[in-house]
Amino acid sequence: MALKILQDLRQAAVTSKVFVQRDYTSGTICKFQTKFPAELESRMDKQQFEETIQTLNNLYAEAEKLGGRSYLEGCLACLTAYTIFLCMETHYEKVLKKIAKYIQEQNEKIYAPLGLLLTDPIERGLRVVEITIFEDRSIGSR
Amino acid sequence: MKNLDYQQIDPQALATPTPTPPPRPLPEHKPRRARRKWEVFPGKNRFCCDGRVIVARQCGVLPLTLGLIVLTSGLFFIFDCPFLVEHLTGCIPVIGGVLFVFVIISLLQTSFTDPGILPRATPEEAADIEKQIDNPTGSSSSYRPPPRTKEVVINQQVVKLKYCFTCKIFRPPRTSHCSLCDNCVERFDHHCPWVGNCVGKRNYRFFYTFIVSLSFLTAFIFGCVTTHLALRSQGGNGLVFALQASPASALELVVCFFSVWSILGLSGFHTYLVATNLTTNEDIKGSWSGKSGNEDVGNPYSYNSIIKNCCSVLCGPMPPSLIDRRGFVPSDDSVQTSPVEIDLPAAKNDTNMCTQGTKGLLESASRSPLLTSSCPQAKPQAVLETLPEIVPSPAPEPHKTTEGRQSTSTPHKHHSHHRTKAKQSTHHTHIPTPKTSNSSPRPHHSHSSRRKDSKNRDPKFNSLR
Repeated sequence: MALKILQDLRQAAVTSKVFVQRDYTSGTICKFQTKFPAELESRMDKQQFEETIQTLNNLYAEAEKLGGRSYLEGCLACLTAYTIFLCMETHYEKVLKKIAKYIQEQNEKIYAPLGLLLTDPIERGLRVVEITIFEDRSIGSR
Repeated sequence: MKNLDYQQIDPQALATPTPTPPPRPLPEHKPRRARRKWEVFPGKNRFCCDGRVIVARQCGVLPLTLGLIVLTSGLFFIFDCPFLVEHLTGCIPVIGGVLFVFVIISLLQTSFTDPGILPRATPEEAADIEKQIDNPTGSSSSYRPPPRTKEVVINQQVVKLKYCFTCKIFRPPRTSHCSLCDNCVERFDHHCPWVGNCVGKRNYRFFYTFIVSLSFLTAFIFGCVTTHLALRSQGGNGLVFALQASPASALELVVCFFSVWSILGLSGFHTYLVATNLTTNEDIKGSWSGKSGNEDVGNPYSYNSIIKNCCSVLCGPMPPSLIDRRGFVPSDDSVQTSPVEIDLPAAKNDTNMCTQGTKGLLESASRSPLLTSSCPQAKPQAVLETLPEIVPSPAPEPHKTTEGRQSTSTPHKHHSHHRTKAKQSTHHTHIPTPKTSNSSPRPHHSHSSRRKDSKNRDPKFNSLR
């Protein structure tokens, strides 16, 4: 069902893209602005949008967290002259996979039925969250 | 006006979708194999092993660095170790060996790892950013407008984010554009000619390990060679005899003597930087030292604890490479983006042709004259406020070359040239229906290729990202 919605979406005309920029007020950590873009006002619920972005921010914070686990990984890597990165998947990569799954899930459940598509920020160099707004031609855009 | 005519004609002409799926807009893509992203990478980097290994175009004196290290260590193991093992202890070659391995591995990792390159903005992103920037000077400027900055408050410090004209993004804090590599690099430290690469967020720990282990190695070899010569000259024979008996030691002594001071100095300097969570770039510019007379300036990124700073810089989580070198260039990327690209310039052309009629705009108008109908009414209104300098991606090619990207602009030009062709051939069949269906696998395709990449297809090179 969700797949059909996504397929239908892609047959619709792409009208525009909205970019949610990074929020640097907490430093260089990966965090996106939760400000609701004006272009989405007619499309979706502000609460829902903020929830999505906040969850993404939390996931990225988890990836970049400085804690026991990351220090252990770092020290172990240092002792093995970083050759351990050749065999092991880093914690960050594991969280990125989680994020990808979350975005796909959000797209299927929430955004696709509204004619929107979230692009994983990693595909944009973690600079922006790109939201593509699809408009169905049959509705009559003008 | 021309455009009004087009507006009237279009709805009827394009009302019914063409029954046959349009041919792929880039016929030359058909026979061509899918290309990997590293092949169209716009920066001045070179790639080896099908994108697994990245180096700066100018490898600097990396061969010299490697050569010196290997030569000196080799001479040490061949000429000094036998004597020392016999007279002192067998641990010496072991310690030397471990240090040597550490040095070589960390050097290669520093040189061949992506330092934290930020990929350039997609055309839609660039257009979106341009829209948000105010430019009161108007449309007549043919030169580069004044540098754009954005201010952000981090940890009660005002930090200015500069706009990068090459990458078309506002640089994140601590990011700098390296002119040698022609890339924006996150947490840019410096471009090191000795390792032939930039030192940035992702490879700073390798660089630090390299210089620290190299200083240990150099000091170790220096000490051992001195001991060796001292022992040899002890039997009443004198230093000259000792040198004659082992001439290689003299060479090692000279090399080590001159390098140990500089390497030790560099290690000390970088230890200070790590402890205060600064980069060489920031230190040199005096970003946080209160140079500008502002007493309240302090490093907003520091945790104010030496241990925490060290841990976060050296043992923090390893960020992923953002440039996805081994991903495939989506072959219908130009198809996917062209409808979007065409929307904006077409709408702009409405206003610009009415107000200006400049050559470049006429060019882009001729490429996409029939597209105005597809733009929703609301869109031109929003775009009316935009600047005429927002040029669609293929157009600013002359602009790009004036920025000095000569040899490297070729792959990028090539890529944007495809987009131009896409526009030309797709404007007649603007109905994106078949095109977007073609592009349906795109988000997943590029994503799955990333996943494949991270699933250790070739585990050996996985870390060299």
